[in-house]
Amino acid sequence: MKAVVVENLVKDFGNFRAIDCVSFEVEEGEVFGILGPNGAGKTTTIKILITLLKPTKGRAFVAGYDVLKSASDVRKNIGVVFQETTLELEFTARENLDFHARLYGMSKAEREKRIEEMLNLVELESFSDKLVKTFSGGMKRRLEIARGFLHNPKILFLDEPTLGLDAKTRRKIWKYIEELKGSSTIVLTTHYIEEAEKLCDRIVVMNKGKIVAMDSPKNLKAEDRVVIYSSKEDLDLIKKNFGSLIVSEDDGKVELLVKDVESFIPKLFEVAKVKEMSIKRSTLEDAYIKMVE
Amino acid sequence: MRGLYVIWLRDVKRFVRARSRLIGSLGMPIFFMIFFSLGFRRANIPSLESLNYIDFLIPGIVSMVVLFTGTFSGVSVVWDRQFGFLREIMVSPVSRTTIALGRIFSGATTAIFQATVMFLLGIALGFNFRIQMLPFFFLSLFLTALVFTGIGIAISTKMKDIHGFQIVVNFFVFPVFLLSGALFPISELPEILRSISKLNPLTYGVDAARWASIGFCEIDPLVDFSVLILCSVLTTFLASYLFNKTEVE
Ligand SMILES: Nc1ncnc2c1ncn2[C@@H]1O[C@H](COP(=O)(O)OP(=O)(O)OP(=O)(O)O)[C@@H](O)[C@H]1O
Ligand SMILES: [Mg+2]
Repeated sequence: MKAVVVENLVKDFGNFRAIDCVSFEVEEGEVFGILGPNGAGKTTTIKILITLLKPTKGRAFVAGYDVLKSASDVRKNIGVVFQETTLELEFTARENLDFHARLYGMSKAEREKRIEEMLNLVELESFSDKLVKTFSGGMKRRLEIARGFLHNPKILFLDEPTLGLDAKTRRKIWKYIEELKGSSTIVLTTHYIEEAEKLCDRIVVMNKGKIVAMDSPKNLKAEDRVVIYSSKEDLDLIKKNFGSLIVSEDDGKVELLVKDVESFIPKLFEVAKVKEMSIKRSTLEDAYIKMVE
Repeated sequence: MRGLYVIWLRDVKRFVRARSRLIGSLGMPIFFMIFFSLGFRRANIPSLESLNYIDFLIPGIVSMVVLFTGTFSGVSVVWDRQFGFLREIMVSPVSRTTIALGRIFSGATTAIFQATVMFLLGIALGFNFRIQMLPFFFLSLFLTALVFTGIGIAISTKMKDIHGFQIVVNFFVFPVFLLSGALFPISELPEILRSISKLNPLTYGVDAARWASIGFCEIDPLVDFSVLILCSVLTTFLASYLFNKTEVE
């Protein structure tokens, strides 16, 4: 069974179309990223999936349940970290987690164990009994993440989870998400390309409510540009073997576009001698910027 | 059931922690109670016969506090919406109906608490009540609380921010209060206003509270309680229904 299925989803706010006919599927155990500029419709898509907003048109299924017809079954299977804070500011960190754990019907023993684990993960142990309204932005973010993970949901929706976190905490969260890979399904949005590239099995790029690309981070990247300087004989050999990759040639040099440089270089060295070579690696960010321009 | 308790407990905890709000919201009714009972001490209202105005007034003011606190419990929902916490609750496995019920009961709890404070103040002012009928007095307050928290929660599902509630105060709470017979018997009202006040659930709440505490009533107490029960069931259903339908941005 697919963890998430989205079919021709449309969401209008008044006469503004925030999501325009979006379709995608998320496999069980996958980490699925949604990338896109501000206002692309990422949060709106997530809000429909977690049953807070109702789709204008189209259908969506989470854990096999229709978000419109079986909203309460959907809610039993998900955990959410929202983009904006949704903590009870008048409560302490521990009270927030305890409230959440009780809301999800966790037993006392389980509650206590998981709360310690999660406070530990986000390094808030020493602040656990302080009121959340006295927390810094990053601390609130950390608590929010701890709460989303607390009840071990089958499917996690993380809307810009590491926004505003310091580098060290961000790494810890990444590590935790990687540990969850395979056992939980994770749908996350982010503006950090590095994060998407590191964590996600697949990425969908949204722009102005539409999907503009969907693939693995590796496939989304453009080819790397390789320039080789060599003798005429060697260049001829290269042309013979990798002709289809060549984009331009000049006296004593050729320029190629290569999808997978790591495996290209050994092959190249088998074929010809190289005097000098330069590689310009394309990044996911370059590819992304091109897509949303 | 579990979810209901968790949601109720959180609201009550919040209420206890925000002591300043508690005192602030009682300011007006306290002044009402003190100055009306002093000011009309010697007034002669024909339909009250030999009744002391203060004994007539106190059940009215106590019911008024229930009306205010109950309706305003909707503010806490709007507040939660603005501060985001509503989302945490709305994506949880606790059903929307349970959430609505939890909030209605927590609203009713705070309303009864406030009403009790006012009742004690009334006693200090010399309120002469029938102690053996006290359970009925509190039953009437509880039912009134359910009716108006239900209405408050229902309204809150339609409001995006706190400011809208000001309109509710001016065009709902005050007319309901003034047409309920809390300050004067409804039989003193002109015919047309009296008919309108018969459509007001608070009229029955005030009358029931008055009947239970001092034995004075303008309507059959059986009618009072039947109307209150019917209205509290209706508003509870309405609030749950709207809660089930609402979107959270
Ligand atoms: N409640 C609403 N009413 C009207 N318009 C809305 C509402 N919520 C979102 N929108 C609009 O829908 C569009 C998509 O918003 P959304 O929050 O989904 O963007 P996003 O991709 O999450 O952006 P960001 O990266 O800034 O978080 C925006 O143009 C926004 O203005
Ligand atoms: Mg967003």
